[in-house]
Amino acid sequence: MGIYTIFRRELTSYFLTPLAYIFIVIFLAMAGTFTFFVGNFFGRGQADLQPFFQFHPWLYLFLIPAITMRLWAEERKTGSIELLLTLPISMTDAVLGKFLAAWCFTGIALALTFPMWITVNILGYPDNGAIVAGYAGSFLMAGSFLAVGAAISPLTKNQVIAFVVTSVVCFVFTVGGTGVVLNFFTGWAPTLVVDTVAQMSFMTHFNAISRGVIDARDMVYFASVIGFFLFANVIFVDLKKAG
Amino acid sequence: MAEMIAIDGLTKRFGAHTAVDDISFSVNRGEVLGFLGPNGAGKSTTMKMITGFLAPTAGTAKVCGFDIQDSPIEAKKKIGYLPEGAPAYPDMTPAAFLDFIARVRNVDGALRKRRIADAVEKTQLGEVLYQSIDTLSKGFKRRVGLAQALLHDPEVLVLDEPTDGLDPNQKHEVRGLIKAMSYDKAIVISTHILEEVDAICTRAMVIAGGRIVADGTPVELEQLSRHYNAVAVRLEDEADTDAVKAALERVDGALSVEANKYAGVLTVYPKDARSLIAEVGQVMRHGRWKVAEIRVERGHLDEVFRRITQA
Repeated sequence: MGIYTIFRRELTSYFLTPLAYIFIVIFLAMAGTFTFFVGNFFGRGQADLQPFFQFHPWLYLFLIPAITMRLWAEERKTGSIELLLTLPISMTDAVLGKFLAAWCFTGIALALTFPMWITVNILGYPDNGAIVAGYAGSFLMAGSFLAVGAAISPLTKNQVIAFVVTSVVCFVFTVGGTGVVLNFFTGWAPTLVVDTVAQMSFMTHFNAISRGVIDARDMVYFASVIGFFLFANVIFVDLKKAG
Repeated sequence: MAEMIAIDGLTKRFGAHTAVDDISFSVNRGEVLGFLGPNGAGKSTTMKMITGFLAPTAGTAKVCGFDIQDSPIEAKKKIGYLPEGAPAYPDMTPAAFLDFIARVRNVDGALRKRRIADAVEKTQLGEVLYQSIDTLSKGFKRRVGLAQALLHDPEVLVLDEPTDGLDPNQKHEVRGLIKAMSYDKAIVISTHILEEVDAICTRAMVIAGGRIVADGTPVELEQLSRHYNAVAVRLEDEADTDAVKAALERVDGALSVEANKYAGVLTVYPKDARSLIAEVGQVMRHGRWKVAEIRVERGHLDEVFRRITQA
């Protein structure tokens, strides 16, 4: 299976360089810092992981582009893209294999936050269903960030450009649901427009899921975002591979 | 099937620039085709289209009967390809890299082990197998690329500058390797090194400005050189030079006689590449001039190359 072989190589390659370890350590350290110091985990006196999950979009905003910036930019720069795309696999296999490996890697980092879950269960009686939903939502949102970054990566050979552009695009998707963007529209634009903009935001859907409400619409939203950007990814790789 | 690669009207345009302009040719089993041409002539672009990396603007490329555009997976299975610059994944070791390639190419189980060991032996990678590719010398990187291309024992090999960056001994090894494999494969190589064409190619094709400007056996290309079958004579006594020159100019079939920059050496250029050695020998014997050395020149490929690519 082409996808599985690509997936396997990509996932292994994360651990060949310090990248994987640095990423995981920083992710865990930042997640902890935000939860306990900024999120006021103890002071709230509530046994839930709301303070933990609410900062995930902001963590992903600068950590996910660090994963995706190299996905295709590096292949283009070293020329290995020519090798990859002349192997007997389809372009879709290559795109999906890379994406799934990146998603799985992020999943590993996310799973390693399990002490947080244990902690909250020791301290009180949290709604574990809501925590599972929170993890699911966070994982889906990570997939969307990754799909955006994967699609942008083939557009440049320069990883720094890929990083910055991905961060900006993800930022727009993230803050779409907050006052920063919505205040700009409310007051003059019809409610329909304001709602549409809010609906396009990762934050709106993530917050809905992480409160423990698993709604099919939020799932469909993340799945569509991932699907759309992976489709764009295939097209961008095809357009830019020769340069 | 004898015709392993069939190219018909292949054209590639990048914007207004035509990199490859309506090229047609075919390569049979047992042939080693050498692509020659100046940088930017379209050699690599042609190879990229044959191997399915680039889609042609017009025309078709068929590998073992499979059109690279219509059935890319089947066609790619038949090809071993060494891209320009021998790219690989720098973080991997050759062992892991070859294992990955074998898996993608569905070489499984015991066969995978055997094929990898075989490719490693052929390209002499044994000593660096567990070092990251990043840290390898240019020569080893090139050989990793070669090993990767040979791994699945493909029927068609497309090698973009396979000996670039190798030292003379390694060049010799790789040429021997290509020659040994050539009897049951169709091989296309590109090179800047003209002696390589002589050493391994059964056929040479010169490309310039995206078009084929010459196509033939290496000997046929050499025949296009004015040096082909020229006879060089070195005299024992330099004082004879003028007299000998006058006598040689009267030889039937001699186009011109040139005195070399070294005193006492004369070169007789023939008309129509005919052999003049007998006539020249006779003139020398007849005039009783003492000859230190007499030899028949072969064509100079680099001269032919310059003439046809700059025309």
